[in-house]
Amino acid sequence: MAAPKAKETPAVDTRPLPEGGVWITAARRAAQARLAETGLPQRRDEYWKFTRPDELIDPKPPRAALFRGDVPEVFGTVDRLRLVFVDGVFDREASDDLALEWVRIERLSDVSAQDIHWARDLYGTLEARGQNPVPRPLAALNTAQAREGVLIHVTGRAPRPIHLVYVHESEVSDAMLHHCIRLEEGAELTLFETGPAAARFNKVMEVDLAARATFHHLRIQGPDHERRAITHIFARLAQEAVFKTFTLTVNGVLTRNECVIEMAGDDASAHVAGAAIGGGNFHHDDTVFITHDALRGESRQVFKKVLSNGATGVFQGKILVKPDAQKTDGYQISQSLLLDEDSQFLAKPELEIHADDVACSHGSTSGAIDEDALYYLRSRGIPEPIATDLLVISFLAEAVAEIADERLREEIIGHFEAWLERRHG
Amino acid sequence: MAAVDEVQIREGVDQDTVETVRQVGSAYKHGWETEIEMDFAPMGLDEEIVRLISAKNEEPEWMTEWRLGAYRRWLQMKEPDWAMVHYPKIDFQKQYYYARPKSMEVKPKSLDEVDPKLLATYEKLGIPLREQMILAGVEGAEDAPAEGRKVAVDAVFDSVSVGTTFQAELKRAGVIFCSISEAIREHPELVKKYLGSVVPVSDNFYATLNSAVFSDGSFVYVPPGVRCPMELSTYFRINAENTGQFERTLIIADKGAYVSYLEGCTAPQRDTSQLHAAVVELVALEDAEIKYSTVQNWYPGDEEGRGGIYNFVTKRADCRGDRSKVMWTQVETGSAVTWKYPSCILRGDESQGEFYSIAITNNYQQADTGTKMVHLGRNTRSRIVSKGISAGHAQNTYRGLVSMHPKAKNSRNYTQCDSLLIGDKCGAHTVPYIEVRNNSSRVEHEATTSKVDDDQLFYCRARGMDEEEAVALVVNGFCREVLQALPMEFAMEAQQLVAISLEGSVG
Repeated sequence: MAAPKAKETPAVDTRPLPEGGVWITAARRAAQARLAETGLPQRRDEYWKFTRPDELIDPKPPRAALFRGDVPEVFGTVDRLRLVFVDGVFDREASDDLALEWVRIERLSDVSAQDIHWARDLYGTLEARGQNPVPRPLAALNTAQAREGVLIHVTGRAPRPIHLVYVHESEVSDAMLHHCIRLEEGAELTLFETGPAAARFNKVMEVDLAARATFHHLRIQGPDHERRAITHIFARLAQEAVFKTFTLTVNGVLTRNECVIEMAGDDASAHVAGAAIGGGNFHHDDTVFITHDALRGESRQVFKKVLSNGATGVFQGKILVKPDAQKTDGYQISQSLLLDEDSQFLAKPELEIHADDVACSHGSTSGAIDEDALYYLRSRGIPEPIATDLLVISFLAEAVAEIADERLREEIIGHFEAWLERRHG
Repeated sequence: MAAVDEVQIREGVDQDTVETVRQVGSAYKHGWETEIEMDFAPMGLDEEIVRLISAKNEEPEWMTEWRLGAYRRWLQMKEPDWAMVHYPKIDFQKQYYYARPKSMEVKPKSLDEVDPKLLATYEKLGIPLREQMILAGVEGAEDAPAEGRKVAVDAVFDSVSVGTTFQAELKRAGVIFCSISEAIREHPELVKKYLGSVVPVSDNFYATLNSAVFSDGSFVYVPPGVRCPMELSTYFRINAENTGQFERTLIIADKGAYVSYLEGCTAPQRDTSQLHAAVVELVALEDAEIKYSTVQNWYPGDEEGRGGIYNFVTKRADCRGDRSKVMWTQVETGSAVTWKYPSCILRGDESQGEFYSIAITNNYQQADTGTKMVHLGRNTRSRIVSKGISAGHAQNTYRGLVSMHPKAKNSRNYTQCDSLLIGDKCGAHTVPYIEVRNNSSRVEHEATTSKVDDDQLFYCRARGMDEEEAVALVVNGFCREVLQALPMEFAMEAQQLVAISLEGSVG
């Protein structure tokens, strides 16, 4: 249970910083200093107890074979604005025109030479705030080193969702993206992120929501199996802001998704949900940290994992309620379904509560398919593989229910079915 | 307590209730100190002190070496800092590691020879006279007639065990119940076999320190097939100032044996903090069962957070045999800082571990407590019920581990952690670790945090209770599942403690 905090030799990234204008250079330098202080994550760090960071900090990314199989178009039924990144590099040809009413979309690489930009107040700011009380060195590394990303400024209701498409074409790519998203008062935006991105992917997304802004985020990672990814979402919610994110992860030898949310304004609401399915050397880690620092905040964490054939699922979720965050409503559930003997589930669902008038709860369960439910289905003439699939899908349903749009829910369930089909071979 | 007088004049309240509330008093009731001449070892810690403690206990050479080995390991270890507790750095050289009442040097022959202050101490603590005689070390006191229900007591006053009751009767049943120093002399084969086999010498900083300097403690051996004829109990009292208490308890239940063991502790009220670092090892062989209950009521410090005991305890049970069972029950109301995780290693197939805990922190108390259930054997089962109550400026953390190893097929765990907050300056935290490495096992964990329910309070108030009584009643209801797991005598004491510990937390 106890892991010493002290590190003998903190590993530090020694690469020179990218060239840039005044504001971004200042932000990169500050991030570099944060990283120098904490060092890169190590196996002995308490926060990395269940996930080995070795392959994420290795100077060279391990080779990752490309997925050979049909990948249907994702979110094809939705009219959206697409931005395509191939192994972390923006593909202008494949992307749509960056014009959208109420929304200003820019590329980080285009504005980083400027000496002044709205993103100055956001780039690296939420990441820096998210370094306390637990350091997140790979996010600081990203702030210091990322050259590409999208800056989205929304002042009204975005007419179409924005879709970031991550294409993986090189077996040795090492991509880093840093996105900044700012929604002004009452603004609304839906963001999709899909695709395997790169052999190794480090992504940071900072989301700043002004009062009554609404942000929906839907992400699909995979299906390439041999990829490694570390992603961070840092979000700050002002009064009555709404933040909803759902991530589906299919396959991947190493994925760690961190989500750090600050409930800064009263009556804000944040829902973080995820479904992960994988087998073999699949390792999936969801690490969530929600800080309630205002009145009547509502937060929900719903995470489901289906693991087979030696896969590992990790969940580290924390709700921190600060002394004056009265009337907080915090809920957290993490569940895993282990389809065979060798798979494992490691969890640390944490509550830290300093206000008395709150209702916080968390639950965590792990186990095999319910024999009684299986028997019930089989006794009604459903063959075992189909009965198992039905139970797997129903297990994942609670997480999928977090997605507001019904069409998108259907599409996500389609991905489950595709994975189950591949599993049966 | 003004409330008591009001209660008295109310109709329909029975006299017992009034008495109970009165007894409970308004502050820590064990906060007095006995002025008694003590024999101290020099302050500080080095190899010489370790040798001296060993010599005072007339220990054999192997034991002295065992202690020295632990001491050398300890020098290389770092104090753990991962718990959610904050306290000034402890100067381990500013402590006495050995203190015993002078009068214990030669065993007194009758009550008249006993230092009356020692007797008065036990009387004040509410231990019956006959037990007092024995605890004071009077020879032959065992044959005096006993009243009521029998509980054998081993009392530890600062560093030494001052007496163990009912030894003869236990002996007839084949049960060995004595101080650990006596066990080292009289039953070296058992001690050698089991001491350090559950909590290894180098287990953690405080356990290693304890291994080097433990001065006394209790030893229990229940032979195969024997159901211990009475409850066994140890009473710990820290009296002397600046004295660390390091007791060591070793309980072995051989095949098919059963024993229930109670532990209680108090200390005087002082402005300076005192260190208590105990190690408890339980070994349950095939079909054996051990129940271990603790009411921990060390001095918690005053309302401003001055003084109090630092309670850094390592307790672990090894369910070594198949179908063995260990049940930990704890009521933690005392201590300024608590750091304690009674655990079960479920090694035997079908073995069972249970942990029931109430941890109450008030004023500036801090508690970081919980359990570890390590499932190694097949079909093993564990159950954790933890109730944390935090009031005033206190911080209360549940920290636990449930681990299912790949070979622990078909195992089962159920964990429930509930926290209650009283007041807006306190904190309640839950830090569970769950590691499931096979799929035939089921693990369930639930935790909630809330404040005292307004409706329940209103209901009680509407029936004429004052706010403090109402809170005590609601809290007792909240703790019910754990209180029920305690032996009868302890359950009564614990219920009262719940009420006292929360005093001054409302209004």
